Amino acid sequence: MISAAGTSSSSSPLHFIGYFMDHRHEDLGWLWSHTWLSVLPVVIGLAIALPLGWLARRHRFVYPPLISITGLLYTIPSIALFVMIPPILGLSSLDPIQVPIALTVYSVALLVRVVADGLASVPEETLQAASAIGYKDLGRFFKVELPIAVPVITAGVRVALVANVSIVAVAGTIGMSNLGQLFTTGFQLSTPTPYYPPIVLGIVLCVLLALVLDGLVLLLNRILVPWRRVAR
Amino acid sequence: MIRFDTVSKHYPDGTVAVDELNLVAPSGQITVLVGPSGCGKTTSLRMINRMIEPTSGSIWIDDVDTAGMATHELRRRIGYVIQHAGLFPHRTIVDNVAAVPLLLGHNKKQARTRAVELLERVGLPAHFAKRYPAQLSGGQQQRVGVARALAADPPVMLMDEPFSAVDPVVREQLQDEFLRLQGDLGKTIVFVTHDIDEAIKLGDQVAVLRVGGRLAQLAPPQELLSRPVDAFVAGFVGRDRGYRALAFTSAGTLSTHAEQTVALGGPVPSGSDDGTWILVVDAAGTPHGWLNLEHLRAGEETVTEEMLYRGGTLATQGGTLRAALDACLSSPSGRGVVVDASGCLIGSVTAREVLDLIEARTAMAS
Repeated sequence: MISAAGTSSSSSPLHFIGYFMDHRHEDLGWLWSHTWLSVLPVVIGLAIALPLGWLARRHRFVYPPLISITGLLYTIPSIALFVMIPPILGLSSLDPIQVPIALTVYSVALLVRVVADGLASVPEETLQAASAIGYKDLGRFFKVELPIAVPVITAGVRVALVANVSIVAVAGTIGMSNLGQLFTTGFQLSTPTPYYPPIVLGIVLCVLLALVLDGLVLLLNRILVPWRRVAR
Repeated sequence: MIRFDTVSKHYPDGTVAVDELNLVAPSGQITVLVGPSGCGKTTSLRMINRMIEPTSGSIWIDDVDTAGMATHELRRRIGYVIQHAGLFPHRTIVDNVAAVPLLLGHNKKQARTRAVELLERVGLPAHFAKRYPAQLSGGQQQRVGVARALAADPPVMLMDEPFSAVDPVVREQLQDEFLRLQGDLGKTIVFVTHDIDEAIKLGDQVAVLRVGGRLAQLAPPQELLSRPVDAFVAGFVGRDRGYRALAFTSAGTLSTHAEQTVALGGPVPSGSDDGTWILVVDAAGTPHGWLNLEHLRAGEETVTEEMLYRGGTLATQGGTLRAALDACLSSPSGRGVVVDASGCLIGSVTAREVLDLIEARTAMAS
């Protein structure tokens, strides 16, 4: 564990920059693992949500139960999910893959609805025209439906990414190495008097990470959806 | 040729959308399916490219039973145009038009070159190619829809109320251009509309369907107007059908009277031999409107556009009896203005003379 000894001794919240300079090697490592823990589950979650969302769109009776079930998944507290996954999957209690698995569950929960709603945003006459000019089901999905659903899906991906950045930090409290460690450290160093720099640093890095990831998705959206930018 | 052989479509809830339809849509002609909502006209159309599968009966295209073909193969050989065009919003206009050739595995560059040609053919400038559908008006989108349907040069085109969603002025333009295009291309077309006027204007033959999916009458438009087979067809074809039928009879070469004229921009005449109305033409001889000599205000010495009555229609020499009669009825002087193909004044006819012509034609026909 980190001690406050040898660091810039002020406990003012504004000294988080000094704290970062003193521990930057460790902090950057945490930032990196925090980043991939936030991103990878969304990527896998999207890959799982696409066929499920397609199913919910294709067979209307699947939509209500699927949305209810995936919605309920989101209500399981993250800490409970982290603790429950290893025994369910037969992993050791602090297996590094339990966090991405839990976050993937959350991402799927969020994205199934988004994918289904995105596909529902495709105009009926466009679907008809696509079938009528001879697209087969799979071709129609990838060449017509999915590209048109992109704006709605990326909006959901932005929410999932930012939510993940915050949930990953919770995993820090059970000992996983990510920016959440900064909060544990701050908590431990706050006896007997409050010591804020690592806590503030954790918040600042989490917010910056969320902003950067959000910006990247926005950029991706602009590249994928040139047709939404055009004005009449 | 498209042939419906005792085709029916029943739905599980007992609804009969189409009931034992027998119909032949001849090659190179426009067959219009028309009828009130619920008459099964769109269902019939969609059974041709198997967007809807018939419950019984079979549909043949040039002696091939469509039921035996893979649906995507069948559809790629049939052009399809729908209301609101149904363009792909995420693709540029050129890629929308090139969609079918690309599906058929044509070379991308060739497909795009052909797409741009087609855009010009349907009356869109080439620089529209790089735009997206959202940047086009409804009428322009529908032109792209027609170009897309033509892109793979299919022998058969299906059109489902393609011009219903645009305003009347644009609709008439699109209809006229569609007829011109069909004159060049000679596709086998099945066209669905609820608008009997559109059916009569566009159809080489018109099939009137009644609610419950039964064919009431199949006939060329003129015959539909002059000899509706029963009260339903007569009611559906509507009022003024005697008058509208005149649109299918040529007036021949009308013998006209010389019309005294006055030049636009020239001095206001003091009087006319033909009463109070005098026709105003420009330097090229094109009629611009009528001048009422009794309604001149003090100080009006030269003939200007503002002084003209413009309500009259013009009849073109060699046009239809309907146009000739309408020119007379709409003219404030009672003299219908006849122009040549380039719009220059030939002379005038009266309603009485056109009516005599109509009576002579009727006597000849009976």
